[in-house]
Amino acid sequence: MRAWAGNARGTRGLGTGLLWTAPWWLGFLFFLAVPMGMSLYISFCDYPLLQPPVFIGAANYATLATDPVFGKVLVNTLVFAALAIPIGTVLAVLLAVLLNQNLPGQGLFRTCLFVPTVVPLVGAALVWLWLLNPEYGLINAVLRLLAPLATGANNLIAALSGGHRLTWLSELAAGPQWLSSPHWAMAALVLISLWGVGSAVVIYLAGLQEIPVDLYEAAMLDGASAPRRFWHVTLPGLSPVILFNVITGLIGTWQIFALPYVLMRGEQGPGRSTYFYTMYLFDNAFRYLKMGYASAMAWIQLLIILLLTALVFWVGKRTVHYRGA
Amino acid sequence: MSTARKAVIYALLVAGSLILLFPVWWMGAVSLETGDRARRAAADAAGFALWPADPQWQNYPTALGRMGTRPWQGWSEALARGHGFLDALANTVLITALSTLGQVLSSALVGYAFARLRFRGRGPLFVFMLATMMLPAQVTMIPLFILFRSLGWIDTPLPLVVPAFFGNAFYIFMFRQFFAQIPEALVEAARIDGCGLLRIWWELMLPLCRPVIALTAVFTFMFCWNDFLGPLIYLHSEEQYTLAIALNAFRNQFGGVSDVHLLMAASLVTMLPCVVLFFVAQKQLIGGLQLGAVKG
Repeated sequence: MRAWAGNARGTRGLGTGLLWTAPWWLGFLFFLAVPMGMSLYISFCDYPLLQPPVFIGAANYATLATDPVFGKVLVNTLVFAALAIPIGTVLAVLLAVLLNQNLPGQGLFRTCLFVPTVVPLVGAALVWLWLLNPEYGLINAVLRLLAPLATGANNLIAALSGGHRLTWLSELAAGPQWLSSPHWAMAALVLISLWGVGSAVVIYLAGLQEIPVDLYEAAMLDGASAPRRFWHVTLPGLSPVILFNVITGLIGTWQIFALPYVLMRGEQGPGRSTYFYTMYLFDNAFRYLKMGYASAMAWIQLLIILLLTALVFWVGKRTVHYRGA
Repeated sequence: MSTARKAVIYALLVAGSLILLFPVWWMGAVSLETGDRARRAAADAAGFALWPADPQWQNYPTALGRMGTRPWQGWSEALARGHGFLDALANTVLITALSTLGQVLSSALVGYAFARLRFRGRGPLFVFMLATMMLPAQVTMIPLFILFRSLGWIDTPLPLVVPAFFGNAFYIFMFRQFFAQIPEALVEAARIDGCGLLRIWWELMLPLCRPVIALTAVFTFMFCWNDFLGPLIYLHSEEQYTLAIALNAFRNQFGGVSDVHLLMAASLVTMLPCVVLFFVAQKQLIGGLQLGAVKG
């Protein structure tokens, strides 16, 4: 259906349109465009906040290039995004499909799934500090129960590959040190982020109901099994929503701040393993008052996110299915 | 759907819900323990009981009384002179309510204009707005702080509330999509009666788009209620704290583990509004899900 646009008096001038959309473009101007301009200028300045900014050219960017902490937070953030987004997407889509079955009691299940996303960070941090405690935490207690399985699998791998064992698998069987280990701290953070999968599930649920029922009926008439219907109807129908969620997830993971900040009490984790881009940016700006340096970081972050978004769109163009397009 | 398949789906849903809810259950159980037992529960898996032998319900008033630096001296005193938890609750409610109201009204108005008002340059302007959605807000964190600082807004709720009144590209987009689908026939009569566009928006269109209003309101509410970074940057004195950062201060003040039962009680009280809101609004949120449900 073609949307009605306008009224009997026909097309209005740009002025009327700008008047009606004023909240948005005024907000854009004052809270995005002007601040971005300021930020770009500040990024070329030495600006300790309490004195006026002094132009120093590209010095901040040059310093960034050789700052080992910057390199570390960059890699940490990339690794976190590369782990959390794919795992989270698969989990959220599967849960959404389960929650979309026409069964009684779904409202309750949906709420259960959503509850973790509204637990205050401080409460969540304390729970997870306990769950992930290497000695008496519940997660390692369960892992120790499952240890024979992992050891068996590792022995099998060793037998097949001529003596190669997976170090991470034996560590997992023994119960990792989680937040006090430079390697496992990242895994712990990904695990905690998966606990908040519910917010993505809600968006997928809304996407699922947009898929026309007759597509499923046609597939069933053709004798397609449930997995085939998922693969050939649900997934293509959901792909625009997945693309949207992956992009917002990408922007979101680059902004990860509060969880590691509260969990580690503002510290940087073992070997800076839970120190992320936005945390370093925040520390530079509000702890060390290096506003210029932090602004340069923000611009690099913006460029990286835009590049990654373009990459996702490029991949999406080949895989996403738009109805009626 | 066959019974076997139903059973499998239920089993998966129950298992998933139990895993996701266990940490919350733990919070609840620990919040009702005595201080000693809570410390043991937090320090040793064996010390944790699924349900406390002797539930300490008074932990809840105690926890709320202990938040903030001023000691609890009874309700009348707290209401007269302010108190940590009540202050933080009032601040959070104020910021959340105003932001939600502002976000819904401004996004609905702009979305309506993009959907139903034909004006020169509308297409390019809309595309431009969508493109700005891709810009992460991170880059504006520092200049906005400097801007709000020069306006004297630091340590007031204004930096957290005012931007919400200028719409958000994502919600504007959602409203536009919804408004564009409303059949012209519905507004024809009103237009013939001489109703202006603004009145049609307020009296006819707005009541029709409850799912989008619910979506915008609930998401904005939850974001503001739990926002951590914003209040951390802008609110510096304890009287201005929101619940999210007041809880963090409470934890640092009493040294984490020593008062874990009180922290859990305060955390659970803090999250309650969001849980209730989601449970009530989820039908609206997922919008007539039953109608379009996948027939397995």
